[in-house]
Amino acid sequence: MTMPATIKRVLPQLAALVVILALNTAIAPGFLDIAYANGRLYGSLIDILNRGAPVALLAIGMTLVIATRGIDLSVGAVMAICGAVAAALITGDHSLAATILMTLGVGILCGLWNGALVAFLGIQPIIATLILMVAGRGIAQLITEGVILTFNDPGLIFVGSGSVFGMPFPVILWIVIGIAASLIFRTTALGLLVEAIGINRRASALAGIGTSALLLAVYAASGLCAAVAGIVAAADIRGADANNAGLWLELDAILAVVVGGNSLMGGRFSIAGSLIGAMIIQSVNTGILLAGFPPEFNLVIKAAIIVVILVVQSPASHTLFAFFKHRPGRAAETPAGAAKPEEGGAR
Amino acid sequence: MIGREPLLRADGVTKEFFGVTALSNVDFELAAGEIHALVGENGAGKSTLIKILTGAYRRDRGRIALEGESIDPADVMDAQKLGIGTVYQEVNLLPNLTVAENLFLGREPKRFGLTSPREANRRSREILSQYGLDIDVTAVLATYSVAVRQIVAIARAVDLSGKVLILDEPTASLDAAEVSRLFSILEDLKARGLGIVFITHFFDQVYRIADRVTILRNGQKVATRPIAGLERIELVSMMLGRELQEQEAHGAEPVDYSKKPVVASFEGVGKRGRIAPFDLTMHAGEVVGVAGLLGSGRTETAELMFGIAQPDEGRIAVDGRPASFSSPREAIHHGFGFCPEDRKLDGIVDDLSVRENVILALQARRGWAKPLSRKEQEEIADRYIAALDIRTSDREKPIKFLSGGNQQKVILARWLATDPRLLILDEPTRGIDVGAHAEIIRLIGELRERGMSLLVISSELEELVAYATRVRVLADRRHTGELEAGAITPDTIMRAIAAGEDETPGDRGGKGRAAEILAEGAA
Ligand SMILES: Nc1ncnc2c1ncn2[C@@H]1O[C@H](COP(=O)(O)OP(=O)(O)OP(=O)(O)O)[C@@H](O)[C@H]1O
Ligand SMILES: [Mg+2]
Repeated sequence: MTMPATIKRVLPQLAALVVILALNTAIAPGFLDIAYANGRLYGSLIDILNRGAPVALLAIGMTLVIATRGIDLSVGAVMAICGAVAAALITGDHSLAATILMTLGVGILCGLWNGALVAFLGIQPIIATLILMVAGRGIAQLITEGVILTFNDPGLIFVGSGSVFGMPFPVILWIVIGIAASLIFRTTALGLLVEAIGINRRASALAGIGTSALLLAVYAASGLCAAVAGIVAAADIRGADANNAGLWLELDAILAVVVGGNSLMGGRFSIAGSLIGAMIIQSVNTGILLAGFPPEFNLVIKAAIIVVILVVQSPASHTLFAFFKHRPGRAAETPAGAAKPEEGGAR
Repeated sequence: MIGREPLLRADGVTKEFFGVTALSNVDFELAAGEIHALVGENGAGKSTLIKILTGAYRRDRGRIALEGESIDPADVMDAQKLGIGTVYQEVNLLPNLTVAENLFLGREPKRFGLTSPREANRRSREILSQYGLDIDVTAVLATYSVAVRQIVAIARAVDLSGKVLILDEPTASLDAAEVSRLFSILEDLKARGLGIVFITHFFDQVYRIADRVTILRNGQKVATRPIAGLERIELVSMMLGRELQEQEAHGAEPVDYSKKPVVASFEGVGKRGRIAPFDLTMHAGEVVGVAGLLGSGRTETAELMFGIAQPDEGRIAVDGRPASFSSPREAIHHGFGFCPEDRKLDGIVDDLSVRENVILALQARRGWAKPLSRKEQEEIADRYIAALDIRTSDREKPIKFLSGGNQQKVILARWLATDPRLLILDEPTRGIDVGAHAEIIRLIGELRERGMSLLVISSELEELVAYATRVRVLADRRHTGELEAGAITPDTIMRAIAAGEDETPGDRGGKGRAAEILAEGAA
């Protein structure tokens, strides 16, 4: 009972991560090794943290959007737009700071567009963000004029492949942004208000919560996270690829949020959970690669592992456990406090 | 009834939630052809018992038998197949389907093997007309009021209950005429040999319709008694486990509110199709009661005053300065509060804890950047849990696990915590037990004395008499009259409503309706 609630909340996700990592170790004996060379850490674990950065970044914003009972399908496309913008600006002789600030601004604008459709026009989030998901790649192509815009500004490249204290910079980015977002939402009342509108938007508005402003802010935050992810992805390959940057990553981000124990029905959320979810997904990806399965199996195996994780987490399975623990009609005693929530309220 | 096997029988039913006992060893018997009332305080376990009887919850222990055979319904559908129809306290219909689809969900009428929406619509109209409801059955359910939704739920349950009908506070938002119609339908079903379980907090209704009553207290059965010969005082004390201090019946003493400071004034405020323009001046230290039939424009009045809907004409002034609210948020910043009628849709945020639900409006008003500390939140929650006697094992319990009446108290607490200057209460005692009912009436008087300005909408006339310093009367979406302190009795209110209905030209409402009300009053 002394365990802080935040840690208790992510225990199942941590357990899943440990299991996956153990499997990886079994497959590839050197999996846990970490080496230090050229001022930088190397190893599969570091690789997971690094490769998982874009999805982890997207998952931060996605967690907040999903908490409001929304969804943001446009984040992959926004990554492409922002990568293109950053590449265009830096090759257009703007300073690094200006490039980054303006790119982040573009990400926020994309988010505000989504938020406005949802908050003011009342369009369903899945439809509202689908618009930018479809249009976004076209916009990115217009910016790059159909080619892969390469750049060699060392500052921008550092964002994708530099390292600080031996850690790849993208890892530092997602950890710092994740902690900052958690602090912003949990030390203020934002977290509570976001959860409230996700659970019952009508009642929240009647209680005086500025639901439209909050929705705008949350979608803008998701756009901002996508912009950072877009810069990281572009910096990593030293170029903006409008067709492939961030492709399908919106789905991985949603998956990370769900594997992180957050409900698509909105309400209670945990950013830490989603970040661990992102690492679980990346560990699965890496594990499949290490195992050397033919590539055509990858997606099937990944899907199977995720199904297992989701089934174990689902309220229905909790009901099942509870059912076998105390079958009704039998004179089984219910140990105080041991009963699982069985009336659909499991979380 | 002795010697005959009861229709429905429960033995030793026990249910715990997270180690909190909701029911312990409860026996219950329902005979064929009887109406059996189930009464008890908020949180006594009434809803839990019927949810167990109908398969919505699983029991930890105990036996249930229908016509002597053990049954174990796995879910609500299962219970329906056995002939048990139920209306739960939180009406379980699908708001985004049409009325007809809701009535026939899962048993759509077939023609030549295909579902026939036209047939469903025709039969829906037929069924609802028995309840005096003439509405468009192809419209989406969510467009209708709480009362209509409740009638649709009742009609559905009645239509599919072959043996047993269970109603959990079905009359909470119905007016007198609708209650009468429901009761005559129940009498019919009873004559046909159905067993009916009826949960209510209105003792008048228990005495009017029930044959026997079972009393629950703190999850235990106190007694089952025939209604005939049972004193009301005895019933109340069995339920509360103590005597109830009689409410002083004379009502609020006359207040010359015209001398008190004006908190807000509404001049010619109206919205076409919702409510005709009205004038209303709210003073500090007065309670304006609002009376009228369902659909008379009571809730619409409150919605304009609180910025939920925007008036298309008229002027609003707060503290003498012109004001206009485009959202509840702005009204709240002027010190207004509004406790809505439909607690499930408009009130509770079900996954949040009792603590979070209590502080929600206060926190929203302070803004996100100024969070209440955890300690402040706990103090506020604890204060209101004690003050309103909210029955919960823990302030961190999600509000959805509280009983209906206790949820209602939490929403009330949410608004009291903001310490508003003008508080609008829409049916504040809906689903509240007799003991707490008296407490809330006392509380309203206390708030008034402290200088709060209150507007209270209620269908219970005795209640209005007890706290209102004047009563606004509404009919057919117009403010048709006002009763001053001293002239407020259930009878005068009823006549004023009837008079208002009479003068309204046209069809819906009209003479028939008014005559019905007066007849009700005389009965
Ligand atoms: N799903 C649940 N999880 C946890 N506790 C529950 C749940 N449902 C009910 N309870 C608890 O069981 C007790 C009985 O609740 P119940 O809803 O049966 O009361 P009730 O008699 O219907 O009251 P009311 O008149 O307010 O509707 C309450 O203390 C409530 O908090
Ligand atoms: Mg109940």
